[in-house]
Amino acid sequence: MSTAAVTDKRSTLRGATLPRWSPWAIAAGSVAVAIGIGAAAGLHSHVQWGLIAALLFVLATYGIAARVEGRRQAKDRVATSLVWVAFLLAVVPLVSLIWVTVQRGVKVLDFYFLSHSMGVVADSQPGGGIYHAILGSLEQVGLATLLGAPIGVLTAVYLVEYGRGRLARAVTFFVDVMTGIPSIVAGLFILSLMLILDMQPFGFAGSLALAILMMPVVVRSTEEMLKLVPNELREASLALGVPKWRTILKVVLPTSLGGITTGVMLAIARIAGETAPVLLLVFGNRFINANPFDGAQASLPLYIYQQYGAGAEPAYDRAWAASLALIAFVMILNLVARGIARWKSPR
Amino acid sequence: MAKRIDVSGLTAYYGSHKAIEDISMTVEPRSVTAFIGPSGCGKSTFLRTLNRMHEVTPGGRVEGKVLLDDEDLYGAGVDPVAVRREVGMVFQRPNPFPTMSIFDNVAAGLRLNGDHRKSELNDIVERSLKGANLWNEVKDRLNKPGSGLSGGQQQRLCIARAIAVEPKVLLMDEPCSALDPISTLAIEDLIGELKERFTIVIVTHNMQQAARVSDRTAFFNLAGVGQPGKLIEIDETERIFSNPSVQATEDYISGRFG
Amino acid sequence: MDITTPDTQEPHPAPRPPAPGRKHTATRPGDRIFLGLSRGAGILLLVIMAAIAAFLAYRASLAITKDHGNFLTTLEWNTGVTPPVFGIAVLAFGTVVSSVIAMVLAVPVAVAIALFLTHYAPRKVSGPIAYVIDLLAAVPSIVYGLWGALVLVPNLNGLFGWLDTYLGWTGVFSWDGGAPRSMLTVGILLAIMILPIITNVSREVFRQVPRMHEEAALALGATRWEVVRMAVLPFGRSGVVSASMLGLGRALGETMAVATVLSPDFLIHGSLLNPGGGTFAQNIASKFSEASEFGRDALIASGLVLFVITLLVNGAARMIIARRKEYSGANA
Repeated sequence: MSTAAVTDKRSTLRGATLPRWSPWAIAAGSVAVAIGIGAAAGLHSHVQWGLIAALLFVLATYGIAARVEGRRQAKDRVATSLVWVAFLLAVVPLVSLIWVTVQRGVKVLDFYFLSHSMGVVADSQPGGGIYHAILGSLEQVGLATLLGAPIGVLTAVYLVEYGRGRLARAVTFFVDVMTGIPSIVAGLFILSLMLILDMQPFGFAGSLALAILMMPVVVRSTEEMLKLVPNELREASLALGVPKWRTILKVVLPTSLGGITTGVMLAIARIAGETAPVLLLVFGNRFINANPFDGAQASLPLYIYQQYGAGAEPAYDRAWAASLALIAFVMILNLVARGIARWKSPR
Repeated sequence: MAKRIDVSGLTAYYGSHKAIEDISMTVEPRSVTAFIGPSGCGKSTFLRTLNRMHEVTPGGRVEGKVLLDDEDLYGAGVDPVAVRREVGMVFQRPNPFPTMSIFDNVAAGLRLNGDHRKSELNDIVERSLKGANLWNEVKDRLNKPGSGLSGGQQQRLCIARAIAVEPKVLLMDEPCSALDPISTLAIEDLIGELKERFTIVIVTHNMQQAARVSDRTAFFNLAGVGQPGKLIEIDETERIFSNPSVQATEDYISGRFG
Repeated sequence: MDITTPDTQEPHPAPRPPAPGRKHTATRPGDRIFLGLSRGAGILLLVIMAAIAAFLAYRASLAITKDHGNFLTTLEWNTGVTPPVFGIAVLAFGTVVSSVIAMVLAVPVAVAIALFLTHYAPRKVSGPIAYVIDLLAAVPSIVYGLWGALVLVPNLNGLFGWLDTYLGWTGVFSWDGGAPRSMLTVGILLAIMILPIITNVSREVFRQVPRMHEEAALALGATRWEVVRMAVLPFGRSGVVSASMLGLGRALGETMAVATVLSPDFLIHGSLLNPGGGTFAQNIASKFSEASEFGRDALIASGLVLFVITLLVNGAARMIIARRKEYSGANA
């Protein structure tokens, strides 16, 4: 029997509660004390000051809340403050990443930068641009999409519309496995083929590796979309005597076209940023090479890596600018893809 | 230890939508009060304002007073968490914690307070399960998951879980609507026993059920779609079902609408 | 899909020409061609997977048979000398250590952020933040690498000094003042990279916690934290585990971000703060351009090991997800 309801007239509903401003007050107090300790002990790093403040805040919150409100409320408050601290902690690097990229990227990112190659510029000099890299990236990613997207969509059609038995189960399982292949392993696979055939790096080899990385992503997203198409629609079409393949082509695929497009675009955004396979297979090039089937090509992510490796201040500037261009490309793809998904979503 | 509830001038909102308007009533201790009315009339919303569960829904807020033995649930400094320990609730669909055993489900509320010894915990769990007429069915499998029980058993498990913390009031939101007739009967019998110890408020769609289990009945109605629900009348159950004072109540009970 | 025509049972999932089966009920040429095409695509995927394993294994065997060290335990990587001596011990150590650091840092924070977004933050804020975190998951790893090398590394001196002062006695955190391009740096950067993925998946899982379980806890008089502990975390546990595995898979195979921030050597260091060590992927990227054909085969051999490790991790994640499906079916 709970003895909480003893005879006293005191309310059982009205626990002592800290005022609403108390978290802010405790935070301010912790920061002040932390500054005091930091200054007194002569700690130089502000990271240490911040850590001391955070620690004080959590301890003080628990202590004060436990005294005034009880242990359960104190735990609740500590959990709340830890969740907030974790969020703020994680936001710092992510915001910094975007901020620094934009801030340092705009320095050299202009039309000249977008329309020139590195042909006549040494890495240690300012000038030059990413035209050759953009061209290479577009060709490699475009070819990869031409290979990867149809195979991915067709596989998804097979799994959803025909898939039964051991083959379908095996495909499903290996698509899952394929999703987890590190990009450098896909690169090594094509590399081993090239070693056997004694070939030199060229753009299309990179496309092959990128297509391998793209396929499972497209299969998964397309599968999800096809599953959303109501069965009644298929049955209605079949009942009209329309053959199954025409039903799929004329009814099922058009219904889920928006979703499939979104999935393909997100997959493109993913492979556009891949560096490792391109490094192994396409090698990079300072000059413009518009032919993806012959000779080394440049690519945007690889360009960033190689400019970083050059180790000079003008090269860093170019690396940041190229990063900004790459992020912008990926983000635009993402935003457009999500826009399509929202606009075309089957309601 | 059951307590009386006094509601005065209570209005509840979902965002800018007014769900119920200006409701006042008294719920007697150690009795069963049934809420009836057509769908969307706000009876479930009103029930949820009685243990401050309404404000859990995004945009939910409340104006007015709910006195639990002279203390306003919505008064300044009142802790909603403490309110919900005094006013327990049973939901429409049985909702035992799926990852917990039968024993742990019943003990869940007690463990929140922490300071219970093992033997004491065993006693309370047994007493609560007996109180919910479930003990004989589950005493041999207390460590099995609660989700393995039948729907009716799960609902009685939820009742056991609610009464284990010894609330003063027990709110039931259509507790039988997801159950078969036999389980429903078991729950109705149980309600008859529980009212010896608790103040019980039950929302039901089933008028026979209201007539069978309740001492007093409140009829809610709404003027039209989008209009707030209102309390039409509350009276002895017998009177409501034989000779209600408002025409709308009679129309509803005799099946002319709703 | 009960409307599908009875399909031929495949005797083996082994590759076979994409010609349509013989005893088909789909008699129309259009149907046959379409089925052939789509099944062919599925089979092609299996062929690719098999080919990846086969070709990597073949090239790897060329290198390993000539290895005069023990491929698994040797602590050097000398492929240019005769006889060649190389082994993956340093790489395996570095890969595991950096991934473990990343998981230890990222998982709790990601879970906390997911809880923040689903249960703590005001709804007006949580929507946009979730969207931005979603977008951050798409930032290419080379950009994380660039940021890590040029922004994160210079800012770690303070932290490393602090760790050395107060925890240096453990040995694990001792620091002799070199550039902070060590395993801990790699771990921190990997943690930042996989944070958005783990957060997103965990958030999805937490959002799917049935309202009625949370209300059950609330109605018992649980505080918000107690609701999270009673209803949200138990329900989301396996989802968080599989999300973490997803992040782990990324961390294990990450190449560019590691290659940019680590200053590698081929030694196993007791301290996490002193520069050195290496990971599979980083080693391949760093050594590739100077490697001979034999050297490349040796790198492929190390890639094969990475491939197997990621397969195991992903397989484990799939099994956990499959178990979870059974679980949620029980209380449907």
